[in-house]
Amino acid sequence: MKYVDEFRDGAVAQALAARIAADCQPNRRYAFMEFCGGHTHAIARYGIPALLPPAIRMIHGPGCPVCVLPIGRIDQAIALALRHGAIVATYGDTMRVPASPAAGPPQGGQHPLGGREPQASRGLGESLSMMKAKARGADIRMVYSAADALAIARAQPAREVVFFAIGFETTTPPTALVVKQAAAEGLRNFSVLACHVLTPSAIAHVLESAEVGTLGTVPIEGFVGPAHVSIVIGSKPYEPFAAQHRKPVVISGFEPLDVMQSIWMLVRQVNEGRAEVENQYTRAVTRDGNLAAQRAVAEVFELRESFEWRGLGEVAFSALRLKPEWAAFDAERRFDVGYQAVPDHKQCECGAILRGVKHPRDCKLFGTVCTPENPMGSCMVSSEGACAAHWSYGRFRDIPVVAEAV
Amino acid sequence: MNAGVKKDYLRPLDFKHGRVDMNHGAGGRAAAQLIDELFLRAFDNPALRAGDDGAVMDIPNLPPGHRLVMATDGHVISPLVFPGGDIGCLAVHGTVNDVAMMGAVPFALSASFVLEEGFALAELKRIVESMAAAARDAGVPIVTGDTKVVEKGKGDGVFIATTGLGALPAGRRIGGALARPGDRLLLSGSIGDHGVAVLSQRESLGFEATVTSDTATLHGLVAALLAAVPEGAVHTLRDPTRGGLATTLNEIARQSCVGMRLQEAAIPVHAEVEAACELLGLDPLYIANEGKLVTAVAPEHADAALAALRAHPLGREAACIGRVVDDAQRFVQLATRFGGERIVDWLSGEPLPRIC
Repeated sequence: MKYVDEFRDGAVAQALAARIAADCQPNRRYAFMEFCGGHTHAIARYGIPALLPPAIRMIHGPGCPVCVLPIGRIDQAIALALRHGAIVATYGDTMRVPASPAAGPPQGGQHPLGGREPQASRGLGESLSMMKAKARGADIRMVYSAADALAIARAQPAREVVFFAIGFETTTPPTALVVKQAAAEGLRNFSVLACHVLTPSAIAHVLESAEVGTLGTVPIEGFVGPAHVSIVIGSKPYEPFAAQHRKPVVISGFEPLDVMQSIWMLVRQVNEGRAEVENQYTRAVTRDGNLAAQRAVAEVFELRESFEWRGLGEVAFSALRLKPEWAAFDAERRFDVGYQAVPDHKQCECGAILRGVKHPRDCKLFGTVCTPENPMGSCMVSSEGACAAHWSYGRFRDIPVVAEAV
Repeated sequence: MNAGVKKDYLRPLDFKHGRVDMNHGAGGRAAAQLIDELFLRAFDNPALRAGDDGAVMDIPNLPPGHRLVMATDGHVISPLVFPGGDIGCLAVHGTVNDVAMMGAVPFALSASFVLEEGFALAELKRIVESMAAAARDAGVPIVTGDTKVVEKGKGDGVFIATTGLGALPAGRRIGGALARPGDRLLLSGSIGDHGVAVLSQRESLGFEATVTSDTATLHGLVAALLAAVPEGAVHTLRDPTRGGLATTLNEIARQSCVGMRLQEAAIPVHAEVEAACELLGLDPLYIANEGKLVTAVAPEHADAALAALRAHPLGREAACIGRVVDDAQRFVQLATRFGGERIVDWLSGEPLPRIC
């Protein structure tokens, strides 16, 4: 593929790897967090750890929108479909996230779509997910864009259609646009369950949270900054963070060579004692970002005082909800779906893993009861999560394998 | 003297405008008519023509010690027609290939149809004719079958279950548990074509791909491969269908208690498939194929095996993609084109697009 293969060139990767190794100072260790799930995925899929010197450790951050979605939000979406009979449209990988066992119709209650509810799911049974709820009669549709959800609402005027809107700043502008579009068309059956979250507040939370005190010092010396998110918000929002915490941020593209180059730039910043926001992804990211997208978001959304992140807990001013003037399109206001936080398994170490204090292999649940087929904590939920990426792509490094070269 | 008795008359099925109705599955005259005018006409052969509950047939002439191989496969696919094929030919190819992957020579198929009330007869005819053509091309007759109709809304147009019988020559042992450390892994061609061709037809995706499904029968390719190397040189044969190459290799690794080392750069992927996967956030290693095989071959015969695959029209892009290694963890490892290393794990659930 022209214009993609160039960013996956093995020979260039070897050259970059040599420069990174040469610039690593002896007896010094470097720990960097890649915030975005997209970077985690690139690092795992292209096997980048094998190209890095042992002095560099990459910590997978909380930037996977599906992973950090708390169980209580999935419960709300399932309740909208099962109890309120709405068509719930959402992005593909949200479908698999386990909800709480109690989700679904209340015990002994009548299923709104008929008596297809097996006994086992009543009360504390198997955890539902949107995919499992679909198998039980919930009308849940996988969409590729917010516009697809709006199209369903147009085509089915007699049904309530809820777009379960998740994601970071990348997916927020499209949600803002469909809300505006729905208003312009006078659609009365379309609403949004807004779970859009904000990157800069989460990055700061990783270093600042109260839990850091109890979990130990966070050994992160620099951040690989988001790619697509930064196209929207620009590089400016990271500047106060870099200055305040004295941590370098290098905004990086999602291709493996982008990531390698960004790591090299971080090594050099650390060596030189700099803590700047640098932009590796200049082919797409500017300092100010996409102003039209920012305006659309500002028009439709406002900050939530606090929002629960799976694995991180409550994070102040870290998410968005619809402004009061768009209340007619806000599923939380239109339907009676109260939010209830659901804790993760007691032994789940996601909180420490997401902050770089622990490694997936340090968790007792990892690879035993917690696997991609049966995720217990946020880091295992999507292939971009720290634990799922390590399980699916990297766990061979934990076990000595006698492997011949081909 | 029977001049007053009217001739048994049935109005022929209307294959232009007619639809499947519940009568076609009720076992009465309508069912018999559908069988006569559609299935029998399309699949015609002596065993089927006999019209009995089962087919009586000769087992092809083989030396003593030969065995029977039997495989079955249910076919459900949406859309029913896709670039490069349809559910009809797929139902023949899939089962013929399952028999062929055992090293057996397929010689008979059964077909069981579950039709949805309201399904257009014209579309059914098209599917059945495609199936008949596939069976003819493969040289494997459909000798017995069944038809049921379910109420509207309880099916997806048509489901087809096929069962295949094959003859396995005496002494031949090919199986998923027989791969050994040192074996070379050969792949008969590019991966992901079928899955991407089907995906491209789903309206919600709104992208147009020029990819066509690779659906094909592989018993000819298998015969060419087996003829080129001594008996026993081919240890394992598999067609990487659902779950893709990644899942198939993990199955073999688990069954044979071995690991694998693959070279990503050696695995053929067509540019259109790679582009579509890139766009959808999917990995071609996990996308279904319907006309490819992967084989573990003893290293000393790998060159001859690869040459035989490449000499066949269905194996022109065949490649050696890696080797079997000793590994109690049974990891399938991949040296990436980028120069890194990773595991190729089992597919977890359905492959779903990533949002980031």
